[in-house]
Amino acid sequence: MTVPNRPTLSLHIPEPSARPGEAPSFAQFDFGTAGAVRRPDSAEPETAMRDLPYELIRVLDEDGKAVGPWNPRLSPDVLKRGLRAMLLTRIFDDRLFRAHRQGKTSFYMKSTGEEAIGAAQSMMLGAGDMCFPTYRVLSWLMARDYPVVQLANQIFSNADDPIKGRQLPMMFSARDYGFYSLSGNLGTRFGHAVGWAMASAYKHDDKIAIAYVGDGTTAEGDFHEALTFASVYQAPVILCVTNNQWAISSFVGFAGGDKTTFAAKATAYALPGLRVDGNDFLAVWAATEWAAERARSNRGATLIEFFTYRVAGHSTSDDPTKYRPLDEPEKWPLGDPIVRLRDHLIAIGEWDAERHQALVDDVTQAVKDGVKQAEAVGTLGQSKPDIATMFEDIFAEPDWRICEERKTMGL
Amino acid sequence: MTAMNLIQALNSALDVMLEHDPNVLIFGEDVGYFGGVFRVTDKLQEKYGATRCFDTPISEGGIIATAIGMGAYGLRPVAEIQFADYILPAYDQLVSEAARLRYRSGGEFSAPITVRSPYGGGIFGGQTHSQSPEAIFAHVTGLKTVIPSNPYDAKGLLIAAIECDDPVIFLEPKRIYNGPFDGRPDTQVKTWAGHPQADVPEGHYTVPLGKAAIAREGDEVTVLAYGTMVHVALAGIADSGVDAELIDLRSIVPLDIDTIVASVKKTGRCVIFHEASRFGGFGAELSALVQERCFDHLQSPIDRVAGWDMPYPHAFEWDYFPGPRRLAEALKRAMEYN
Repeated sequence: MTVPNRPTLSLHIPEPSARPGEAPSFAQFDFGTAGAVRRPDSAEPETAMRDLPYELIRVLDEDGKAVGPWNPRLSPDVLKRGLRAMLLTRIFDDRLFRAHRQGKTSFYMKSTGEEAIGAAQSMMLGAGDMCFPTYRVLSWLMARDYPVVQLANQIFSNADDPIKGRQLPMMFSARDYGFYSLSGNLGTRFGHAVGWAMASAYKHDDKIAIAYVGDGTTAEGDFHEALTFASVYQAPVILCVTNNQWAISSFVGFAGGDKTTFAAKATAYALPGLRVDGNDFLAVWAATEWAAERARSNRGATLIEFFTYRVAGHSTSDDPTKYRPLDEPEKWPLGDPIVRLRDHLIAIGEWDAERHQALVDDVTQAVKDGVKQAEAVGTLGQSKPDIATMFEDIFAEPDWRICEERKTMGL
Repeated sequence: MTAMNLIQALNSALDVMLEHDPNVLIFGEDVGYFGGVFRVTDKLQEKYGATRCFDTPISEGGIIATAIGMGAYGLRPVAEIQFADYILPAYDQLVSEAARLRYRSGGEFSAPITVRSPYGGGIFGGQTHSQSPEAIFAHVTGLKTVIPSNPYDAKGLLIAAIECDDPVIFLEPKRIYNGPFDGRPDTQVKTWAGHPQADVPEGHYTVPLGKAAIAREGDEVTVLAYGTMVHVALAGIADSGVDAELIDLRSIVPLDIDTIVASVKKTGRCVIFHEASRFGGFGAELSALVQERCFDHLQSPIDRVAGWDMPYPHAFEWDYFPGPRRLAEALKRAMEYN
């Protein structure tokens, strides 16, 4: 009798490269080189681009120059508007995070480090397209000049909250800005985007949908379902994974992200998969433009992984110093998206420190004014919409239960 | 008017709506070319083309997510879940998304979707083709839940569901697809032929959601039922010799509370009759409502006759299924109470 020469089974539990007190390490990643990845025509078949999910599309190099075939060649005016949207997001986040600490609201979630994604995509896509966001795509709204005061009213759940005090802070809905209703449960709207896009195709419309999940949510069945439907019906949709390395305290390894790329998941569905530097405004724009062109030409969906880093905690309820090195965010090799776009504008002679400071001052004032206006209406608990409105919008028309319950409250 | 069984009546409703409204489209597992495992979508793809009536991946969550997205765009999708027993992978979509989308978005978005699904037992389908999950939908505010008991109602209610601006769960009692069933498995199978409610108009009409029907007038006990159990109840009432009033709820959300209360105030007694297991079933809600609103009129305890509290047992189908005998006993108990 032969005894096979193998070890006993052992259960594998993934561990990130560094924990608090250890030096951050990114040795597990290949960040590639700006400008190095080829750009196939968006009309090419998916089978001809199966190398792309394993590359990293980057446009901005270390000197702030836009290089390579993915350079979208944007006008300085567009770049400046993008910078403004990102700064608005960053400064608004900081101010509202502080407002939470001051007891003015119950909850807040920052998108620090990820501002380029929503900003570039919001500007690149059309007014009629529909974004199915996560709670870290605030820059989409900022890029479309959604009023700061309305954001703050929602976050304070006050009398002027545009969604009537019904949702946690950040769970916006802004139909006129192409921004679908958010919810705190993850992944459930990924398939809505596919259905919305299928409806657009069914009506021979020219609109497309874009949806996001984080790296952690790729483990939900909704992700697989959405990709299956998107592939089967060639839905005109851009499906994005914002891989920011952390899902609350769980590193990407708990979504299988330490073994392959998230973009590579596309291949099994015969969808193109692009892996893009999410901290590079130009690369985000270019990848989105490519996928939008493909979608609008009836060639179906694209999965884009935005490789980025969640600089802040998951939310105001989280303390990332408990599970990752304190300096991991600042050591992120792909830098800060705002700094990189600023440096690019400087490198092309369109910007300088003085103008940048003026923009920061202007945006800070705009945030301050908007938030103060909302605070004047009231912060959480000081002000809320008319209680009778609590009984509205449950159904298109209330049934007797709702009418009776409302009456019971004397309303 | 044309004689139709329940399947043909549902098919006619879908046909009318596909013809009537270009925003209506139908999808689900096997509903396209094949026409559905119960033939409810028979020939609709042939008549209206593949983009109006098509097959889907085996993905109930994906089907409902897609429907919600289409609804948000402005379409009126009709999704089929092949058996209600398989609807649970879509439960998150129905509860967390469809039911709340209008509310949480402050009225900006809504999901005017209809989810059709064959449900209920009596076909030797075992625990995966027999369940009655209506209570888990009725509990979720924001969803409407409709259960027809005959071809005429089925067509009118389905058209009303598709035209409704809210998400509607439309449960089709599959045991009565081809004919009414009195709950006695050993008697000869009946068809809908000759049944007054199998006379169905060809064109467009609606039966409003939230309006019950009095299936049998009576003075002594009120029986509340829906779906297959309306027919089983008629047999049980006949056996009992009790002059019971039978109310066919037709939709459990919205619930026609006025008709229920008026009847119980008249009879002073109430027996609730459903196929789903008893504990926490929709009968519990009905019982509470009747007690709250008719307490001073009640002459006997409200009784519930329901499936036993267990998974649907294959070999014991007719021991589990609440047949006419059990209802007749409950009616007699109610009358003998003093």
